[in-house]
Amino acid sequence: MDIFAQQVLNGLVLGSVYALVALGYTMVYGILGLINFAHGEVVMIGAMIALAVVSALLSMFPEMPPFLMISLAGTAAILVCMSLAFFIERLAYRPLRNAPRLAPLITAIGISILLQNIAMIIWGRKYKTVPQIFPTETFELFGANITSVQIFIITISAVLMAGLLGIVHFTKLGRAMRATSESQRVAGLMGINVNKIISVTFMIGAGLAAVAGILIAGNYSVAHYSMGFMLGLKAFTAAVLGGIGNLGGAVLGGLLLGLIESIGAGYIGDLTGGFLGSHYQDVFAFVVLIVVLVFRPTGIMGERVSERA
Amino acid sequence: MKHFVQDLWGKFRTNRRALFCGYILLFLALAVLPFLLSNTVGRTWVRILDFALIYAMLALGLNIVVGFAGLLDLGYIAFYAVGAYTWALLASPQFDLHLPFWAILPIGAGMAALFGVLLGAPTLRLRGDYLAIVTLGFGEIIRIFLNNLDHPVNVTNGPIGINKIDPISIGGADLTRTHDLLGISFSGVHIYYYVLLILLFMTIVICVRLEKSRIGRAWSAIREDELAAQAMGINTRNVKLLAFALGAMFGGVAGGLFASLQGFVSPESFGLLESIMVLCMVVLGGMGHVYGVLLGALLLTVLPEILRSTASPIQHTLFGEVYIDPEALRMLLFGLALILVMLIRPTGLWPAPKRRRAIDQDIVKD
Repeated sequence: MDIFAQQVLNGLVLGSVYALVALGYTMVYGILGLINFAHGEVVMIGAMIALAVVSALLSMFPEMPPFLMISLAGTAAILVCMSLAFFIERLAYRPLRNAPRLAPLITAIGISILLQNIAMIIWGRKYKTVPQIFPTETFELFGANITSVQIFIITISAVLMAGLLGIVHFTKLGRAMRATSESQRVAGLMGINVNKIISVTFMIGAGLAAVAGILIAGNYSVAHYSMGFMLGLKAFTAAVLGGIGNLGGAVLGGLLLGLIESIGAGYIGDLTGGFLGSHYQDVFAFVVLIVVLVFRPTGIMGERVSERA
Repeated sequence: MKHFVQDLWGKFRTNRRALFCGYILLFLALAVLPFLLSNTVGRTWVRILDFALIYAMLALGLNIVVGFAGLLDLGYIAFYAVGAYTWALLASPQFDLHLPFWAILPIGAGMAALFGVLLGAPTLRLRGDYLAIVTLGFGEIIRIFLNNLDHPVNVTNGPIGINKIDPISIGGADLTRTHDLLGISFSGVHIYYYVLLILLFMTIVICVRLEKSRIGRAWSAIREDELAAQAMGINTRNVKLLAFALGAMFGGVAGGLFASLQGFVSPESFGLLESIMVLCMVVLGGMGHVYGVLLGALLLTVLPEILRSTASPIQHTLFGEVYIDPEALRMLLFGLALILVMLIRPTGLWPAPKRRRAIDQDIVKD
């Protein structure tokens, strides 16, 4: 087995999940200029809801085909996350739309703490094991081992990303979204219901987040009330890396960050002569974030961001 | 009624004799407070009070960065950690170093300030919300390093933390022991209370003076409009770095005191939630207002303790069992408080008078 190929593959799997979450950050940022700090928590809620539905179905109908089961769980998670995002935007962000920048960021932190602790009260402090509903098969590809779950993750992510890009670029809704992100006022004058578009943007992001939550829980086979936080930060880093506000950039940034983390964690021990080990994996995202913000704050594919907004 | 109180307060503020009497009364009240507490509700509350004083110092430090200069720092606890670990490494059996506190305190403060500049330098050009995320990342990096620097060379002892940290001792007298002075016996937590009170008082004086100084005015200019401040000839780079360094310094001192009071440090005490809690104190109390921040710090350290001692029994008597554990309830209320304060009273419970005026004027203008 080729170690390098394996790290690249793991990086791509991780990266496609980051990309899904990063899309949510980047869409909201593109329209409102707001870092939706609570987005990571939405990912966690998605994973938890899906897990709860799967567990319930497993105990009630153990004979149900796995694809139906995962579809039901996914639908439930997406619906819950979308309505959650709708209410978050309505209650915590909309009243502060004209407030100083820091105000919505602080309410977002508040929402994040709130969701984490509600999840902890409902689902407990323990790590929850995700039941294996699909039989796991392992294939070999370019000298690396790939499991059926990993293939599933990459396929679903690719389909969703393509779908999103299609919506944004080729539908009326997508045109309205792009117009709103250019200028809310002018979009409003052109007859676009700006508030509705913002709500819809939040909900689409949340739907993607719910799927990402399910995928990541399936990949690691665990779910935890605090799983969303770090994931959210890394996805945000991915969005910044690709150029925040740019959909293609979010996808690219997600994949790149996944690769950097996975390859970095695999080789940091050799590079530093054993001084730093793979448990520094979480540091990479932040180092990347700091380096990008210092040297190229617009990211890889971002447009020029004006100094004063 | 409100006007009457304001009138009375205004008269009180301008009457020097009344103000003097007020200060004397406050001084006496603070002096007897620990004895009052230990004789009524128990000595643990004096300890809680000690921690409240440390947190107040920490919140005042963060207030310099967030309140005065308007730079949202979500990784502030990292400086607290730097101060605590500096103290722990220089005064514990870890490296068998036992420096006296008057040597460690400046070293810890200096280390924290250095880290403040190190963090500040690359983030100077960033806008508010980006800055928040980068500082958050920085805080996490420090914590991850503290957690993992136990091999190949054991520096921080990893997740286990460092034990048996020396307490402050003056002239060979260990401040955690009970000492008799003028016929009154002072136990460790009492003595620490007075030491911390003096240090907090110094912090308050420094903060108030800083706010009114040339630097303080430069900070508020940057906070309100950085471009305009630059145009007025303020060297925004140096002034911002100074805010980071000074804020970090207070954090470092508070961290060192925390390590010596607790006698033990581990990376667990320096998580993101701690950063957010300190931020809550500043935001809830009133960003940029020294006394407001003090109020916020006291409220957010004392209220959770009251909650901790009452939440479980109350749930027990009402429902027969404990549904929500006090820790989760505390965080739940924190989150809720952050949201509600921002929505209902964005300037905090006790905002700075000047800023309140500015906001009122804005409303009139619109």
